Amino acid sequence: MDEPRGTPIRVLIAKPGLDGHDRGAKVLARGLRDEGFEVIYTGLRQTPEMIVDAAEQEDVDVIGMSILSGAHMALLPRVVELSKSRGMDDVLIAAGGIIPDADVAKLKASGIAEVFGPGTSIGQIAGYFREHARRRA
Amino acid sequence: MADLPDLLRSVVAGERLPLARLLTAIENDVPGLRDLLPELFAAGRGGHLVGITGPPGSGKSTLVNAMTEEWRRRGRRVGIVAVDPSSPYTGGAIMGDRIRMMGHAADQDVFMRSMASRGELGGIAAATWMAAAALDAAGYDPILIETVGAGQSEVEVARLAETTVVVEVPEMGDEVQAIKAGLLEVADLLVVNKGDRPGADLAARHLRAMLSTAGGRVTRKPPPIMVTAAISGDGVAALVDAIDAHRSAARSAEAVHRRAGHQLQRALANLAVRRAARDPAWDATLQSVADREIDPFTAAERLLPEDG
Repeated sequence: MDEPRGTPIRVLIAKPGLDGHDRGAKVLARGLRDEGFEVIYTGLRQTPEMIVDAAEQEDVDVIGMSILSGAHMALLPRVVELSKSRGMDDVLIAAGGIIPDADVAKLKASGIAEVFGPGTSIGQIAGYFREHARRRA
Repeated sequence: MADLPDLLRSVVAGERLPLARLLTAIENDVPGLRDLLPELFAAGRGGHLVGITGPPGSGKSTLVNAMTEEWRRRGRRVGIVAVDPSSPYTGGAIMGDRIRMMGHAADQDVFMRSMASRGELGGIAAATWMAAAALDAAGYDPILIETVGAGQSEVEVARLAETTVVVEVPEMGDEVQAIKAGLLEVADLLVVNKGDRPGADLAARHLRAMLSTAGGRVTRKPPPIMVTAAISGDGVAALVDAIDAHRSAARSAEAVHRRAGHQLQRALANLAVRRAARDPAWDATLQSVADREIDPFTAAERLLPEDG
């Protein structure tokens, strides 16, 4: 058995809204597992409330949301708002999927830390999470 | 991180984020946790600790979801720790038990935490027991511990839980499977889930017939065998009744004594390993074992000398 590598980073992978395409979310969950993350996958059709509730109970370091439906402006900033209202200011919130460039800046202004578009490698995402997720004792 | 005794006070007051943060502190075994344990265990409110185990894919998560629904209907607040395996290669894990729990996502009287096994092989994580104590301090009752998908001998959960439910499926095998030692033996309640599939009643009858032939030196009486279909909810109310009814048996003086023995053993083993690992001779001793100069048993005795 390999030596432990310190405390694993906990990541919630969620599919907000009504699109049913979760291949990307599953590939990412699997890839992050192989990078040594503890990944909690919520499944499909999550409301912002459900995502934040799960993130709270799981005390995750990162919330990653995959969205392909076009409803990102309606759903993602709401997750940031709710997280803040629950005192989870230190949780890194990121998104991936099909999001037009014009909306990326708006999402970042709303508190989404980073948006990963098509073609991003698992390694890039893992590296970003390692660099930006909060540090624990 | 907030100061641990403060965190515990907020947990006892029913706040959710502090409970989540305390669970993280427990999982990561943060400095100062040891000093909190007397308070943590003293804050327990006597919630019923129920272990749910069984092979991968037998429907444990779906059943936990259905039982939670039933307990909620009865006005109970349900705490859940769901354990999934960590990769032995990377330490990573995928925990998918929440997928089945979506119906309770916004219920403030259900608290569910996913936990990676982090190298433990008994079907639960080292921190699971303390995590259950934290949920108890927060007033959840029952507290359900869902193990990793178990093979035949992941029986650790039965040593910690007051009531152990073993979940099987109709395709579990022939009668010989039912008389093998291991997982089936530790069941206080045995469930054949996916009861809507053909063969479920037959599997239950086989189990009943084979387990009731027990005799000889094993005095344990055979567990009740129940059939459920977690998806439709069939049989779930009866299962919840049976678990609740088992509570008093689980608290007989003998059962409490037996569990205390397991807990003490676990705590002792834990302490012995920590102390030995702090011994300045640890590295040299480890190297001698690696170089085959001494055997591991002699090495262990050197690290824990009898008059030490």
